[in-house]
Amino acid sequence: MEEYFSPGHSACAGCGMPITVRHALNVLGKDVIVVNATSCLEIVSSAYPRSAWGVPYIHSLFENAGAIAAGVVASLRSQGNNHTKVVIFAGDGSTYDIGFGVLSGMLERNDDVLYICYDNEAYMNTGNQRSGSTPFGAATTTSPAGKVRHGKLQWKKPIAEIIAAHKVPYVATASIGYLADFENKVRRAKDLTGARFILTLAPCVTGWNYDSAKTIEIAKLAVDTGLWMLYEVEDGKFKLSLKPSQFTPVGDYLKMQGRFRHLNEDEIKFIQEHVNKSWSEVK
Amino acid sequence: MKFAIAKPRTSRENKTGDWRSSRPVTDTAKCIKCGTCVSVCPEGCVSGPDVKKSIQERELPKTDYDYCKGCGICANECPVKCIAMVLEEK
Amino acid sequence: MVRKTEEASIAIAEAVKNCEPDVVACYPITPSTHIAETLAKFYSDGELKCFIATESEFASISAICGASAAGGRAFSTTSSQGLALMHEVVYAAAGMRLPVVMVVGNRALSAPLNIWCDHQDSIAERDSGWIQLYCESAQEGLDTAIQAFKIAESTMLPTMVGVDGFYLTHTVEPVDVPTVEEVRKFLPKFNPQVKLDTENPISIGEYAMPADYQSFREDVHKDNLAAKSKIVEVHNEFQQMFGRNYGGLVESYRSEDADYVFVGMGSVIGNAKEAVDELRAKGKKVGIVRIRSFRPFPEDEVRKMLEGKKHVAVFEKSYSMGSFAPVYADVVNSLYPLKKRPMVSSFIGGLGGKDVTVKHVAEIFKTIRKREHMRVWV
Repeated sequence: MEEYFSPGHSACAGCGMPITVRHALNVLGKDVIVVNATSCLEIVSSAYPRSAWGVPYIHSLFENAGAIAAGVVASLRSQGNNHTKVVIFAGDGSTYDIGFGVLSGMLERNDDVLYICYDNEAYMNTGNQRSGSTPFGAATTTSPAGKVRHGKLQWKKPIAEIIAAHKVPYVATASIGYLADFENKVRRAKDLTGARFILTLAPCVTGWNYDSAKTIEIAKLAVDTGLWMLYEVEDGKFKLSLKPSQFTPVGDYLKMQGRFRHLNEDEIKFIQEHVNKSWSEVK
Repeated sequence: MKFAIAKPRTSRENKTGDWRSSRPVTDTAKCIKCGTCVSVCPEGCVSGPDVKKSIQERELPKTDYDYCKGCGICANECPVKCIAMVLEEK
Repeated sequence: MVRKTEEASIAIAEAVKNCEPDVVACYPITPSTHIAETLAKFYSDGELKCFIATESEFASISAICGASAAGGRAFSTTSSQGLALMHEVVYAAAGMRLPVVMVVGNRALSAPLNIWCDHQDSIAERDSGWIQLYCESAQEGLDTAIQAFKIAESTMLPTMVGVDGFYLTHTVEPVDVPTVEEVRKFLPKFNPQVKLDTENPISIGEYAMPADYQSFREDVHKDNLAAKSKIVEVHNEFQQMFGRNYGGLVESYRSEDADYVFVGMGSVIGNAKEAVDELRAKGKKVGIVRIRSFRPFPEDEVRKMLEGKKHVAVFEKSYSMGSFAPVYADVVNSLYPLKKRPMVSSFIGGLGGKDVTVKHVAEIFKTIRKREHMRVWV
């Protein structure tokens, strides 16, 4: 089997990000060009003079992956190459925040690009600063749990919904806790054209503060508690991927992670109610 | 004319195996060759059971200790719990 | 060649179209918008392979960087705030050695907001590693845009062509636009050694540790300097084929035996030439050195042309607040090695489109007869 993402990269032991990349590239195969925003992924995989990538790869800046990819695919098509796929790997920092406008432009133009966001819920590359993706109550270095304020006070930006509202061909949420589901979604996206987006929960050992062996387990628990909903929106039609027959209490998920250690029972209950409410609104 | 570029897969020159403090050891007698350890490894340094093949045709898993960082995900996810994380001798 | 009378922006867009770019990505901004609009019309008419109307200038320069990295010829145009917004990518493009071409309709930078001509926008990018060429006329603008692709693609340095906002972008005059066939004879197909290619899957845009990083940066500088000979070579080739001469890196107008020389860039040289002719008719020994290539700065040529002059007035439409005017500073530094240096004074004017007339230039020549060093805002 050809290796599209090699070992020897310097991601932390137990990092969710290379798991995401390996599985995505397993499905996408050799005929791809990867566009990567500045991120943990970029730093660990492309330090001069080495590279972990076995497919053509370009890194430009933090916030312009969407536009770089638009240019790459346009250039390929102008040169007569109609088969090579262009895929973006970007973290939540680039996707939710600094690169959001550029992403929106790419979606509006329906550029033929598959955008995969590996979401570790903070700016992890620079040491765990809060992003628009950081969940309510999580402690980061710019939303620390202090005497007056208990972590991030805002809810996570509903990025997948915003992207789906652009009415692009395919939007999906995924988690590395459900790898077969993730691969299926990459496979579905691969067969379509136009702007496609997959948001993948990829836990971060260092930032979330948990035992490195638990990465997949935590990513699965996020889904099983209902905190992370797995779904697809294809051509405007919403399709739930998984509804837990019995939801695990969110507390089980939160208590596994140091970034939530400061939350008291009332705050956990508040989060549980929020999760319950969001599921009651799902058809 | 210098370009800040790199050849593919050259990260293999960086043997991250020296990061770990424990190593996964598989009890091959219990192993069912499901391929989970291959799938979940962040390094992609476990080879062997190819899920595209039938169970009889699959090989036993083999960890490339040159790269294994000892994260323990394989041990945690193994459905038959046949991987033990063993402390590295100094 | 097709001779027509049209707005320079349209002619420039035609020239760019005839270079057969693979990707054009633009965001509109006064006064370069007409270039973008004309290219969009070509695309709608099926005469241009690709036109991406991006959501910002930051996206348009990023898109052309991606396009270039994927082996395509790429172009954009912008001015002022748009170029300022692109700043981060401007540096990245040079550092990544992506040979994109950009026509800048030179315009003032906010604040205050102003849509008219000066050079602050592109001067602000002078340290980036891009090649910067400034044009005096509409004809030179469209010719230099064509040359820019050849220069960029052979030096692997992105190239900026400065065309004065309104003075050039919006004026209507007779121009000769080389045809597609003629351009094909001049401009070879873009075939970069380094590109995104599934047959040879390299990684572009790596991150570098300190020693490597400095080495890469020094390399950009060295290659920018080395581009001087390529700029001259391409200029001369173009002159051979199309018969038009712009001097190469610098252009002299009656400066050889002049005692007093006006140094400048861009369309103001047109008025300066009229002032020189008037004064020469009265017996005054005056002349002009026009700087065409600002980056790389033609240090040797400037030194040679200004040695022995009594007083040089460097006029420019930009400034470095709190310090010296940039073109003036480069001229003074170029003269530094001389044992006997001419006096050089700095004149700043035309900011935000403030008028610089023939009378203003004549006044500058009159002022520098005083042989006192000065720095004056005109």
